[in-house]
Amino acid sequence: MNQIFSNISLLFEFPVVNISILLEGLMIGSLFALSAYGLALVWGVMNVKNLAQGDFVVAGGYVSWFFSQYGMHPLFGVPLAFVIMWGIGWVIYKTVISRVIERDLFTSLLATFGLAIMMAQLMNLMFGSDTQSIKLEFETLYFFDDFVSIPIAKLIGVIMALSLAAAVITFMKTSRMGQAIRATAQDARAARVMGIDTEKIYAFTFSLNSAICGAAGAIIVMVWLIQPFYGITYSIRAFVIVTAAGLGNLPGVIAAGLGIGALEQYGSHIFGIGYQQAIAVLLLLFVLFIRLLQQRRSRQALR
Amino acid sequence: MKKTLSFAGALTAALLATTGIAAAMDCGEIKLGSAISLTGKYSSAGIHAQHGYEFAIKKIKDAGGIKFGGKCYNFNVIYYDDESKGDRGATLAERLINQDKVQYMLGPYSSGLTKAIAPITEKYKIPMVEAEGASRSLFNKGRKYLFAVLSTSEQYLASAITLAGEQAVANGGKASDVKVAIAVENDPFSLDIRAGVLADAKKAGMTVVIDEKLPRDLSDMGAILTKVKLLKPDVLIVSGHTKGAATAVRQVGEMKIKVPMFAITHCESADVVGKFGDYANDVLCATQWAETLTYKDDIFGSAAEYNSDIKAKVAHYSDRSVPYQTAQASAAVLVFKDAFERAGSLDKEKVRDAIAATDLATFYGHIKFAPEGNNMAKPMVLRQIQNGEYKVVAPTAFATDKLNWPR
Repeated sequence: MNQIFSNISLLFEFPVVNISILLEGLMIGSLFALSAYGLALVWGVMNVKNLAQGDFVVAGGYVSWFFSQYGMHPLFGVPLAFVIMWGIGWVIYKTVISRVIERDLFTSLLATFGLAIMMAQLMNLMFGSDTQSIKLEFETLYFFDDFVSIPIAKLIGVIMALSLAAAVITFMKTSRMGQAIRATAQDARAARVMGIDTEKIYAFTFSLNSAICGAAGAIIVMVWLIQPFYGITYSIRAFVIVTAAGLGNLPGVIAAGLGIGALEQYGSHIFGIGYQQAIAVLLLLFVLFIRLLQQRRSRQALR
Repeated sequence: MKKTLSFAGALTAALLATTGIAAAMDCGEIKLGSAISLTGKYSSAGIHAQHGYEFAIKKIKDAGGIKFGGKCYNFNVIYYDDESKGDRGATLAERLINQDKVQYMLGPYSSGLTKAIAPITEKYKIPMVEAEGASRSLFNKGRKYLFAVLSTSEQYLASAITLAGEQAVANGGKASDVKVAIAVENDPFSLDIRAGVLADAKKAGMTVVIDEKLPRDLSDMGAILTKVKLLKPDVLIVSGHTKGAATAVRQVGEMKIKVPMFAITHCESADVVGKFGDYANDVLCATQWAETLTYKDDIFGSAAEYNSDIKAKVAHYSDRSVPYQTAQASAAVLVFKDAFERAGSLDKEKVRDAIAATDLATFYGHIKFAPEGNNMAKPMVLRQIQNGEYKVVAPTAFATDKLNWPR
């Protein structure tokens, strides 16, 4: 308890620390937001709650790491992971997801849960259980007497994440495919009546999600590290963010992602880093509770 | 890869066994048993341990065997593969004792497997000298037949505290001025380390300014390091297996954390030098043994001679460095040799008492067992990464290089 108070007092004693915590949180949050964005897409369009979300992220990281072992510059790993994970996502859609999409909630949860375990074990067998990361040869920027440090590699990662998010949002808003995806999300049957090949849309959406996750993973391996069993960390965050922001509210997902990143950093500063994941889960509970109250007030009918 | 390794291991074992029979004509045979991980997740380390056992047995035989009562004896080990599983290890220990009538055991690999086998050997009163189980919890159960040549895990980084105290005194201060920051993972091994560091820091009167647990899926410890920056401890201790080592080294470098001493575990397996280059400079790493130490004995010579000898004679090490797991396995065999000669008998109770009374200098370090069975004479070794190379800096008496302080 004393430690908690002294940690809080540190925040007031050294106000720069707040800047460093906030920046760190926003940087982590932007990557959480990416994988959450993909989850919201799949959830909204095909009503599949993908528990393997984080494992796609880690897989993308391994794609980038693997090729950088053969001399590729890690920055190219991001587009490469996007492309390769697109392909893997498509294969997974055709073999697993397309079979559970029409089934009830639990079938798809179980299928993606199994997928998550299988992917983690496969990566463990292929790449070993050691942690991996890529060190980029970039400088680190320092502000406020070295109190705030921003590695340029992290900055590049965040910029890549944000531009990817912007690109996907524009794509969804303006392109024909994006329109078709949104139409399918609104009402799949009506979309089919209008001549949209929903099966194709589903495959496209799932592959796009997998590719976004892959790119996020390729960024993560440059600024943090990956390990075959780290997927769950990103899955949990993605679920918290999507639940908080709601489906179909894409800017909301990004805002929630940045917010949860910052809150987690504050939480781990105050309560200790061991409680980081617990803070994410507590936030989920909190958000669910608020949602429940809101829905009670608006008296929605049960579906 | 693992298959070929274990095959090569089995082959060398078989070769050694056949030559053993030829030479055993004039010498008697002492049968040892060991359930060890030749397959499964610990297989690479288990095979290292087996090579250590076999190399020691061969060296002892070349030196004339174990001599007492006017006769000579050689060791012969019956190995079973425990598949890195505790229940399998326990079954195999029963089988070694009941079917193969083994009276003396060499340990398996890892604390977990040792924990599974120790109750069995204890039940049948079979002395077991183990070399690969470091957990403190092995030695607080009042076991009388379990002995370990290695330092227990709470000692891993405690020597860093001693070293920091020495530095403070050398710089004209007091050991009690030292401020310590600890960040360890929430698992038995790292908690042991934390307990050891806390105990030693308390003994020296140091203040612990940060004491935090790292999550299992750690990928960012910026929050702790920010506090380190603010509270300016003199020593930063991090233990969290390979991910803890990698994250800590990377972020301490990136965030320009200036802490005079930065000590971690798992430097080698996390390959912090290869991955993070300059960031890893002046990091302190805990290890059980290093070939540059100045320890020596009659059978193996010095630590460096052990290293070059095993590299020349065992094909497994011709193109890789010899890990401490191999060295401590060899040391366990030495303990048995010494105990048999002092007991002068094959009676297992007498041998047990002789092992308990061991006071032996070896190439691996001094061995003297506490009443609980752990080796209390050998300190942990601290190596500092200086210009990308591991240099022994502590314990000061055996150090080859000077500590860079502050880093």
